[in-house]
Amino acid sequence: MFLKKYISDVFGAVRSLLKGMRLTGYYFTHRKEIITQQYPDNKEEMKLPERFRGEVVMLHDEKNEHACTGCTACELACPNGTIKIITKFDMTPEGKKKKALDTFIYHLELCTMCNLCIEACPTDAIKMAQNFEHSVYDRSELTKKLNKPGSKIREGVE
Amino acid sequence: MIQEVGTTEQGELVINLGPQHPSTHGVLHLVITLSGETIKKVEPHLGYIHRSIEKMCESLSYRQFIYVTSRMDYLSSHINNHGCALCVEKGMQIEVPPRAKVIRVLMDELTRLASHQLWWGAMAMDVGALTPFFHAFREREAINDIMEETCGARLTMNYMVPGGVMADLHPDFQKKVKEFIRFFRTKIDEYDELVTGNVIFKSRMEGIGYLSAESAVSYGCTGPTARGSGVSCDIRKLYPYEVYGQLQFEEVTATGGDCFARYMVRMQEMRQSLSIIEQLIDNIPEGEFQAKTKAVLKLPKGEFYSRVETARGEFGVYIISEGGTTPYRIKFRSPGFSNLSALDHMARGYKIGDLVAIMGTLDLVIPDIDR
Repeated sequence: MFLKKYISDVFGAVRSLLKGMRLTGYYFTHRKEIITQQYPDNKEEMKLPERFRGEVVMLHDEKNEHACTGCTACELACPNGTIKIITKFDMTPEGKKKKALDTFIYHLELCTMCNLCIEACPTDAIKMAQNFEHSVYDRSELTKKLNKPGSKIREGVE
Repeated sequence: MIQEVGTTEQGELVINLGPQHPSTHGVLHLVITLSGETIKKVEPHLGYIHRSIEKMCESLSYRQFIYVTSRMDYLSSHINNHGCALCVEKGMQIEVPPRAKVIRVLMDELTRLASHQLWWGAMAMDVGALTPFFHAFREREAINDIMEETCGARLTMNYMVPGGVMADLHPDFQKKVKEFIRFFRTKIDEYDELVTGNVIFKSRMEGIGYLSAESAVSYGCTGPTARGSGVSCDIRKLYPYEVYGQLQFEEVTATGGDCFARYMVRMQEMRQSLSIIEQLIDNIPEGEFQAKTKAVLKLPKGEFYSRVETARGEFGVYIISEGGTTPYRIKFRSPGFSNLSALDHMARGYKIGDLVAIMGTLDLVIPDIDR
């Protein structure tokens, strides 16, 4: 009785091992099952989804105009103090003072890509870009100025 | 003062496992007292990755504090966010649109699948099988792609906002999820073939790390750890939130109480998650994905508690509000901490080689324990 159980245990064990080895052998011989992407080599054809959060960018049109009114909603929404907005006062043609964006400072090294600033923006002036390769040689390069030099607010955006 | 290394007066050997040991899945530090090869005592030392998340949340607004909880249990980050959003909604009495509810449950179950897949690979690697790790990551990649497309991130999604979800589903979502279900139904059978029936794996798991139902309750274990001992503790069944009350699924329990029982509970849970997703994927109601909320959220004065079932067990969020824009105090009840407290009880009397298998079946995520 003991011997019978012992022998059947041994055969069962060998069978279970062979079953696993069969699966391993299948993947070893079927190259089409390999799904590894050769990352640095496939940079051209690699496409990230549109919603992927890489970094915050400010949208500029061809006339170098943006939609940021300097309302600081994104600055208040940010949990980490990633965004700092410096405003200035523009003169309107009627001679009135108007608050406008001077500098949009973005600290990439503090950003956790939580998307709350994009949600908070009332004029859709900023969005998430798909760039994820953020390595630089000096840490100060990670503090970015998002509005381009000489850019101004698009007309009609309040 | 606890002796950390050397021999005790009784001639027992004290050794350290971790904090930089690969099989502890992070910076867990265990001080083990051994008599020969038999474990006499296991003492976890915590605090290596403590970031004081609870204190941090006190200075963040009710929209902002949700993203921090992704950094606790990073494998079921979406479910953690869900618990926080539920608690804020409870306090504000926000009615969540039906579409958002279904999207949340779908994402929860996908997260649970991804978490269990990674656990399965890591668990098999802990007991010495290297190949399953790569199998698990291949299937997890499919879920990550779905998450990336809809939520915008792969691990720390931050897709939940009080009142719904951040964005609508991606147009390809339904197609991709159906494809994934078909793909994963065949693969989960492969999992069984490769590991579950394997004789070496079975002898490493069966009868190891016994936890009785009584001690599971008294140590506060939840999730698959307690259900492996026959304790019914699934929050989705006991206190249904969102649409879980209307779904057909079983609470998986096993009575063995050993490592193999906990393993089988998680394997069956993967199948249950698949069936939940199948029930919902064709029945996503139309409508808003986010309720209209005020720009600044203020919780009324009082105390609020909500709980969800993560991949590891019960996750509770307890908010005390003084009526302002930030919480007065937040307490998170994380499942990993209570499950870890039972480790000493489970490991006593077993050999040191079994300790890694017991830790594997607890499915520990260290940032969840330390917070």
